[in-house]
Amino acid sequence: MVSTPENKNYKVIGTRPIRHDGYDKVTGRAQYGADIKLPGMLIGAVVRSPHAHARIKSIDTSEAERLDGVFAVMTAKDLPRLGDVVRGNSEESGSEKHLSENVMAFDKVLYKGHVVAGVAAKDQNTAFEAAKKIKVDYEILKPVIDVDQAMSKDAPILHEDYTCDHLGKEVKNSNVAAHVRHENGDLENGFDKADLVVEKEVDMQTVHQGYIEPHSGTAVWDEEDRVKVWTSTQGSFAVRDSVSKVLDLDVSRVKVTPMEIGGGFGGKIPIYLEPISAVLSRKTRRPVKTMMSRTDVFDATGPGPGGKVKVKIGIDADGKILAAYADIRLEAGAYPEAFIEAAAKCVFSCYDVPAMKIDAYDVLVNKPSSAPYRAPASPQVAFATETVVDEICKIKGYDPIDFRLLNVAEKGTRTALGPKYRTIGLKECLEAAKKSDHWKSNLNSNPKTGKKRGRGIASGYWFNIGFKSSVNLSLNPDGKVALIEGSTDIGGSRASIAMQAAEVLGIPAEDVRPSVVDTDSIGITDVTGGSRTTYATGYAAYNAAHKLIEEIIEKAALKWDISKDQIEYSDGVVKSKTDSELKMTLKEIADDPPGGPIVSSASVDLEEAGGGFAVHIADLEIDEETGKTDVVNYTAIQDVGKAIHPSYVEGQMQGGAAQGIGWALNEEYFMSDDGVMLNSSYLDYRMPIALDLPMINTIMVEVPSEEHPYGVRGVGEPPIVPPVPAIGNAINDALGLRLLSTPMKPSRITEALKRKK
Amino acid sequence: MSENKVKKVAVNTTINGEEMDILVDPYISLLETLREVVGITGTKEGCNDGNCGACTINLDGRIVDSCLVLGVEAEGKNIETVEGMATPDGLHPLQQAFLEEAALQCGICTPGFLVSAKALLDNEPDPSEERIRHWLAGNLCRCTGYDKIVKAVTKASKESK
Repeated sequence: MVSTPENKNYKVIGTRPIRHDGYDKVTGRAQYGADIKLPGMLIGAVVRSPHAHARIKSIDTSEAERLDGVFAVMTAKDLPRLGDVVRGNSEESGSEKHLSENVMAFDKVLYKGHVVAGVAAKDQNTAFEAAKKIKVDYEILKPVIDVDQAMSKDAPILHEDYTCDHLGKEVKNSNVAAHVRHENGDLENGFDKADLVVEKEVDMQTVHQGYIEPHSGTAVWDEEDRVKVWTSTQGSFAVRDSVSKVLDLDVSRVKVTPMEIGGGFGGKIPIYLEPISAVLSRKTRRPVKTMMSRTDVFDATGPGPGGKVKVKIGIDADGKILAAYADIRLEAGAYPEAFIEAAAKCVFSCYDVPAMKIDAYDVLVNKPSSAPYRAPASPQVAFATETVVDEICKIKGYDPIDFRLLNVAEKGTRTALGPKYRTIGLKECLEAAKKSDHWKSNLNSNPKTGKKRGRGIASGYWFNIGFKSSVNLSLNPDGKVALIEGSTDIGGSRASIAMQAAEVLGIPAEDVRPSVVDTDSIGITDVTGGSRTTYATGYAAYNAAHKLIEEIIEKAALKWDISKDQIEYSDGVVKSKTDSELKMTLKEIADDPPGGPIVSSASVDLEEAGGGFAVHIADLEIDEETGKTDVVNYTAIQDVGKAIHPSYVEGQMQGGAAQGIGWALNEEYFMSDDGVMLNSSYLDYRMPIALDLPMINTIMVEVPSEEHPYGVRGVGEPPIVPPVPAIGNAINDALGLRLLSTPMKPSRITEALKRKK
Repeated sequence: MSENKVKKVAVNTTINGEEMDILVDPYISLLETLREVVGITGTKEGCNDGNCGACTINLDGRIVDSCLVLGVEAEGKNIETVEGMATPDGLHPLQQAFLEEAALQCGICTPGFLVSAKALLDNEPDPSEERIRHWLAGNLCRCTGYDKIVKAVTKASKESK
C-alpha cells in the first residue's frame, strides 16, 4: 500500500465506524421514496404506450374522468411545450424539450412504456382502473431497435425535427444524434509500421442498472404556485432543475426533499414521475404519489446503452503499442446522449498510445432514453479494448500483466481527449495484481468433475467527476457537530463525508452528525454520481471544518480577550499557545460563545478527482455440456486514492464487480422485433443472486489523488469496467472461444462450442 | 367500479407480537396490508411478483414474499417483520453484524435479508457459507455483491452461540 504524501497518522480516516444512518436502515425505520404518506394524499397512475414507435392520433380521457374516486386526469397538453433543440451531445445534454417529452409524450411515443397520460385517484386500484379506461389512438410506426438498423439508409427516423451534429456539420433526418472524433498522432504510419495488428468488434445488449427500489414521485402544488417534491433521487438539485424546466417554473418555486434512495447506479439521476404528480396535484390541490412497477422500471427507465464497438490496435516487435483506432456506436435510446464523449475518454485510457483515432456515434433507437450506468460507456469500450489486448497477448505469448505494464498509462501520458494524466495508480494496480495470491495460484480443471477452468484479467478506468457541493456545520452546546449536506446517500456517504470533518476537527466520527436535507436548506450540491460524493462533498466538509476551527479560535479570542494568533486548536480542544490556564473543550466553548453560536459553511466547484483504475482477475469453471459458467475465484484490485471508510470502499469494489459479472454472463434486454422488451421482470432479467457468486477478494491500492487534501479519488465506478472483458478473456482461456457478444450466456457458449467442432 | 364495492374483510392477526384487528380489501397483498393498512413500511416492494425478496416476512415460522400472499390470509397468523427484530434492549445480533460488517449500501433490500437470515439462524445456528447463500438466494441485492452480507450472517451466527 502506498501511503499519502504527508504520511499522516489519521485518527478517523481509514477506520470503520458504524454509518450514522445504519440504525434506521437495519430496523426498517428509514423512509424511502414509496414510504411517504401525506395527509389527503392521492395515488397517481400513468398510461404507457404499448408500442415502441407510434404517432399519437388522439387521447380520450372522458371515461376515466367519470370513474368514481378519480380526481384528475392529465396529458402532455397540461405541460408547457418547450422550445426546440439545435444540437446533439452538447454540454446541455438532456435538453428541456427532450426532458419534457420523455416525461410525457406530446405527439410521438418513442419506446414501449413511454408515458402518454396520468391520473390521480383515491387509491392505487382506482388509479389503475382509471388508467385502463384512457383510450389512445396510435398510428403505429416501424421501430428501430439496434445501432445497425438505426444507421441504415432507409431507417425510420425517430426525431424528424432534430438537428444532428456530425463532426460539426448540422444534419437533419438522421438517427445519429452526434458523431464525434478524437485524433492524435499519425495513425496510418503507426499501423503501417506495426508488427501485429489485431481488430475485434464487440456487440453488447442493452442492460439495466437494476436498483431494487422502483422510482416514485410525490408532489404538492400549492396555491402560491410552489411545488414541493419528495422523491428517491441521486440528486435533489438535479430534480429541482429538471422539474422546474419541465413545469416552466423558477427553481426557487420548486423544493425537493430527498427520501432515502434504494439504489441508483446513475439511473436515479433523470426524472420521470415527479412532474406528473405535480401537475395532478395542481389540478386537485392535494398531494399525489405516483410509483412505478418493476416492469415500468425495465420498460421506461435506465437503461445502460447497448451497441457495437470496434477496436484495432497495432504493436511493434517489442510489444509496444504504436496505434489504436476505435469505432464506437452506442444506443442513446429515444433521446440523445449515450455518453459517447465518456466512451472516447475511456476506450484507450489504460494505455500509452502514441497515435489514435476515435470515432463515436450517439445513436437514437426506440428504447427508453438511456441513463448513466456506473461509469457510463466505459464497460462497453473496455470490452473491446481489453479483448484485443488479450488476443495480442495470446498471439505473441506475452504475459498479460507484463504487456499492460509495458504500455501502461501513467502520470504525464496524453489522454484521448488531450490533457495529460496527473498522478494515477494503474501501474501500482497491475503490480499488486501480479503479486496477488490469486494471480500466483494454480488453475486446474475441477478435479471432481473435470470441468474446464479459465482465468482472465482486464483493466478499466473511470475519470471521477468533481463539480459543486455545499456543507454547513454547527457546533452544538454539547460539543458535537451537526453536518448539513445535499448529497443523497446511496451507500455510506454520510459516513465518509462526516469522517472528513471529524478528521479535521480531531473528534470521533460519531460526534459529527450528518443530515441530508432539502434543496431550500443547503447550497447547490450536484448529483451523487460520477464517483464525486466522497471527493467533492467531502472536500466541502473538510473546508467547512477548517472554517469552524477559525470560528472557534475567534470566539475563544473574544472570550479570553487575547489575539487569535495566540490561540491554537487540536483534537477538540482550543487553547492558548502561551498560557496553559486558557483551555476549553468544544463543549465548553460551545456553551454560550460570545457573539452567537459557532457555525460555518463551505462550498466547492471542483475539477475531476484524478482517474480511478481497476484491474480484475476472474477464474471461471465452465460446463461444456450446458454452457453454464461459474465464477470460482474473483479478485478486484483498485487504486482508491485514499479509502476514507475502507469497508464501504470494498463494498463498492465488490458491488461493481457483481454487476459486471451479471452484465457479462446473464443480463440483457431481450427485444422482440416490435421493440418490446420480453424479459421485463427480475425472473427473466437475471441479475446475480447470492448463489451465483463467490466471495469477491479486494485489494485496495492507495495512490492519493493530487486534487484532494486526503487523496480521495472516487471509487464507485471503476469496478464495473473490467468484469465483462475479464470474464470474456477467462472463457477464451478455458475453451479457446473468443465470445464477442454480451451476455456470454450458456446458449452462446454451447453454440460457439458446436461451431468450433 | 365493481372492485370498489367489494366489502373489506375483518382480519385478526398478530404482527411482531401485537395482536390486532384490521379491515382489509380482499384483493390486496399482505405487503400492501402491512404498508398501507397497518402502516409499517420497513417491508419493501421491489418487484411485486415474488422475485426480489425485498418484502420477505416470516409467516408462522416460514419466510414468504409478502407480495405473493393476500392480506386476508393473515387471519390467525403470526407475522414477523423487520420492525420486530430489535427489542427495547437493543438490536438483534444480525442487525448489529450488518452494521459492523457494512453489509448494506443503499439499504432497500436489508429488511428482507435480515428476515431471511433470522429464519436461517433460527433453523440452523451454525450455517456454512453455502447454506447461507442458499437461504439468501431469494433476496436480491444490487449494491454489495453479497460478500459482506454473507460475512455478517456468519459473524452473527458465531456471536449468537
